[in-house]
Amino acid sequence: MTGSMGQKGSMGQKGRTEAADGKGPIFRYLMERKGTLRRMGGYLWKDRGLLAGAFFMTAASNLLALLGPLLSGYAVDAIEPGAGKVDFQRVFFYVGWMIALYALSALLSYGLSVLMVTVSRKVVRRMREDVFDRLLSLPAGYFDCHQTGDLLSRISYDIDVVNESLSSDLIQMLTTLITVGGALAMMVVLSPYLVLVFCFTVPLSICITRFITGKTRPLFRIRSGALGRLNGFVEEKVTGQRTIKAYCGEEMTFGQFAEKNREAVEAYYKAEYYGSTVGPMVNFINNLSLSLISVFGAFLYMMGMMRLGQISSFVLYSRKFSGPINELANIFGDLQSAVAAAERVFGLMDERPEEESGELSEKKRGRADGTENIKGQVELCHVDFGYEEGKEILKDFSLQVSPGETIAVAGPTGAGKTTLINLLMRFYDPQSGTILADGRNIREMSRKQVRSAYAMVLQDTWLFHGTIYENLSYGREKVSQKEVIDAAKAAHIHSFIMQLPDGYDTVLKEDGTNISKGQKQLLTIARAMLQDCRMVILDEATSNVDTRTEVRIQQAMGRLMEGKTCFIIAHRLSTIKNADRILVVDHGRAVEQGNHMELMEKRGLYYQMVEAQKT
Amino acid sequence: MIKFTGTLMDLFLPWALAYMIDTVIPANGRREILLWGVFMLVCSVLAVTFNILANRMAARVAGDAIYVIRNDLFEKVMFLPDMQADGLTRPSLISRLTTDTYHVHQMLGRIQRLGVRAPILLTGGIVMTLLLDPVLAGILLGTLPLLTIVVIAVSKRSIPLYARLQESLDRFVRLVREDIAGIRVIKALSREDYERKRFGEINREVTERERRAAITAAITSPAMNILLNLGMVAVIVAGAIRVNAGLSQVGKILAFMSYFTIILNALLSISRMFVAVSKAAASAERIVRVLETEDEREWERAETDRDQGADGETEIPHIAFEGVSFSYNKIGDNLTDISFSLKHGETLGIIGSTGSGKSTVVNLLMRFYDVDQGRICLDGKDVRTIKLSDLRKRFGAVFQNDVLFAGDIYENVSLGRGIGKEQVKEALEHARAEEFVEEKGGIWEKLDIRGANLSGGQKQRLLIARALAGEPEILVLDDSSSALDYRTEGELRRELRENFADTTCIVVAQRISSVMGADHILVLEEGREAGYGTHAELMERCEVYREIERSQMGF
Repeated sequence: MTGSMGQKGSMGQKGRTEAADGKGPIFRYLMERKGTLRRMGGYLWKDRGLLAGAFFMTAASNLLALLGPLLSGYAVDAIEPGAGKVDFQRVFFYVGWMIALYALSALLSYGLSVLMVTVSRKVVRRMREDVFDRLLSLPAGYFDCHQTGDLLSRISYDIDVVNESLSSDLIQMLTTLITVGGALAMMVVLSPYLVLVFCFTVPLSICITRFITGKTRPLFRIRSGALGRLNGFVEEKVTGQRTIKAYCGEEMTFGQFAEKNREAVEAYYKAEYYGSTVGPMVNFINNLSLSLISVFGAFLYMMGMMRLGQISSFVLYSRKFSGPINELANIFGDLQSAVAAAERVFGLMDERPEEESGELSEKKRGRADGTENIKGQVELCHVDFGYEEGKEILKDFSLQVSPGETIAVAGPTGAGKTTLINLLMRFYDPQSGTILADGRNIREMSRKQVRSAYAMVLQDTWLFHGTIYENLSYGREKVSQKEVIDAAKAAHIHSFIMQLPDGYDTVLKEDGTNISKGQKQLLTIARAMLQDCRMVILDEATSNVDTRTEVRIQQAMGRLMEGKTCFIIAHRLSTIKNADRILVVDHGRAVEQGNHMELMEKRGLYYQMVEAQKT
Repeated sequence: MIKFTGTLMDLFLPWALAYMIDTVIPANGRREILLWGVFMLVCSVLAVTFNILANRMAARVAGDAIYVIRNDLFEKVMFLPDMQADGLTRPSLISRLTTDTYHVHQMLGRIQRLGVRAPILLTGGIVMTLLLDPVLAGILLGTLPLLTIVVIAVSKRSIPLYARLQESLDRFVRLVREDIAGIRVIKALSREDYERKRFGEINREVTERERRAAITAAITSPAMNILLNLGMVAVIVAGAIRVNAGLSQVGKILAFMSYFTIILNALLSISRMFVAVSKAAASAERIVRVLETEDEREWERAETDRDQGADGETEIPHIAFEGVSFSYNKIGDNLTDISFSLKHGETLGIIGSTGSGKSTVVNLLMRFYDVDQGRICLDGKDVRTIKLSDLRKRFGAVFQNDVLFAGDIYENVSLGRGIGKEQVKEALEHARAEEFVEEKGGIWEKLDIRGANLSGGQKQRLLIARALAGEPEILVLDDSSSALDYRTEGELRRELRENFADTTCIVVAQRISSVMGADHILVLEEGREAGYGTHAELMERCEVYREIERSQMGF
């Protein structure tokens, strides 16, 4: 790849008339992105066997195709003597060879496509797997601040772009190289004098394409930028369409849109203005060489230095020669967009995953393997934490919880309730301070170990596209059918499931149209029950369900919490009141602790919150 | 036309070459050779100028066209009634505005360039060959039907393959989307390996289908190449025979070969064009579907001349629902026979479980949808007789899952209504938002897309400030305090009571505490009125309300 680029660079050197500017913008561009290119190459390298085969086939198929014009030239020579004197034997001889060659070449080029498609798909698959792997190992908070659409487009669209270009451009470059080199060699053999024509046209064409690409490259960047802004604007405004309508902002938004649209269209036009000159220019140079070759060829013919068949072959070769050189500019454009896409893909791959600091103690795991040993005693000592540097959410936070205790976490929004849960489950690690489970620092355990000690029911009831049974048994690998049904019964959802036409095999739809929100909640409770953990985390839903379901959920939650250490982010006073201990969090600190009665007497923040609810 | 001339120039060249070889060279006229050389040069120069000119004009035309299309489409989308927007779904509208218009733009440019050039080159090439030597041209034309058959056969096979590919791609994307949404659960349950396996399977399926489709489609190009090359070989053989018989000249064979390349390239671009057109046609269709939808402005024109109801009464209520029924999908009613009336400055609380029709009341009042039965009156005037912009200007509203836009806090609160800085600050104060706005760095502080740098409660307070800033006649708060803690919510209610006493309020909520103090409370269950009255009245009479109260307050 770099070889062919170097080739182009040296050609540029050869024919350049303007002042030398080092190694040329293309080369510089490639150097700047060496890392990305090397990684792209790394993916291909894994299939080097197939790739070598592909290169071989490319070479063979192109060389065979190159022989075509030579043979046709010979055939023309055999015809040349004119009426009555055509040497049919020779004509048929060459024609036979031509058929064989073209057929073989076509076969090879088809084989090549198959090979390249195979390779490229393998690479795509590997890349997608790597990206997905990284996605799963990223901290949960990453997804809060990155748009799903963007991540999706990286794993599907961007990878495709990278690959399309890698597989086709590589072959294209090789083809170009062989065709250009081969054609040149053939032409030199045919007539060294006529080749001199190219000393004029090739530098000319290189100058022109360089001039044009130099102009267009920044324009294309502007163009994608403008388009990106337009798309971002559209996404935002269409999502908020109702709000805009409510405030009669249609006209204003429309004006803003027209402006952005104008920018995008102008940028597109400007890029196209120069971009669209490439094609005709290429044609022009082709035509120019054709004219020159015709004139000089005619002279040479008259001087007896060339035969007619040679001129004919030469013309055909000359077409093969000048076309691909200009193609290189297009390939380079493709490569640029591929590199940009690759940068986005690799950028995602390079996101920092959750560190496995628990690995240290992996060796010691034999001592305290699995979750059975965690009885449910939890302790937080002087924990400081913030998602961003300098923005602390929890400050010097301490808490002791004994096994079987129910802790209700209450407090104003943004006080750090969810953050506490994130730390307990090791979605994040505190900046300072320690969290102990049964007296062991959870940082010395693997994340898997820590997390499997908790059963969790969150507000957003995540279920995946699959049967109810699959969803229920999701939390535990080996689970009997009886256990699943028992859990469903305990969660008061069994009878509902049995009413569905397919029972436990009912497929839950993505949009959740075949099941209500409350039922979803019950399913997630049943799922949590099956986990059989000593500790439970509940993020209480803000009553989004009808009253009857609500009662069921309460009962099911009660069942789930029996005899376990529970952390509840509570929104309802009834839940809070029943807790063993209420932890009131404000501005990242545990400001009050105690049961309902105690806290009411204290007349502090908790009292105010309860009073606020009354008025 | 310019393109036409330019392309024609391209076609003259091989002909000139043939003429030179057959006529000029045997005549040994050096001057003539030079003359013809100059002629070819002129043709080339003309071709390049005309073609560039034409391309630029094409780019201009395509750009202008897409500008208009995109503007129209956006305008249409902004005025699209919710009913239609729901049907098409908003993500789909977005992709129509972005991806689809882009496809159409590209196609417009390409079709102008290739669409003129390729057919001219093709027919021109054929005409030229026919003029040169009809018999040889016949051979060449003979290969064309074969080519067509190949292309059709291949696309017949590959199209269903691509459809199947799309299917599995959809599933692929769904899985990734699903996993991103449920990342916490997956991690909590340590099911990463299981998800990897699921992903691996679908990934393999997608790649396998991609491979199969691509391999099938890859037949076209080598097949076309070999057919044309074989045609060329046939031309040589036939040419040899004809030259031998004195019916043709060698130069003509040479010219033929040049035309061959031209025809081959023309065919290739035509086939490429078909791909572009078929892609763009699907996009264009999606765009047209939106453009053809009736929008709110047409609604208005159709309905403004309705009769004006309600007169003669002593006191006209500010807002009145009279036996309103409505259904989104026109199958089952989402609201059934709802009636109530509010005086100026009164507050209505609406409570009920999800799907009970609370938000629908708001949607109808602000005329995002039209009622199926009954009517809604503002100051005694049917909302359908009020100009939409006049109607909505009277409201300040916060919706369920309302959005903040990229931009600073000031822009988000004023929302282009020409509201001054002081007024915005005041509104922020009323919404109990001034404290954190100061913390963030004042009203000129930029917000991330969708206000991602704010907590749920902060977002809601900004949205409330936005609703208050216009000093609306009617304030609508649809589930807009759910992320606020009780204390902040209590403060907010007091703020509203004290400073917006004249504003008629409609508060949709799930918490009893949010509606308790309202003048009227409407309890909804499955789209029907389950109770209407004050808190005290409902506690006495309404079982549904009592149940909700019990589950939430626990006293």
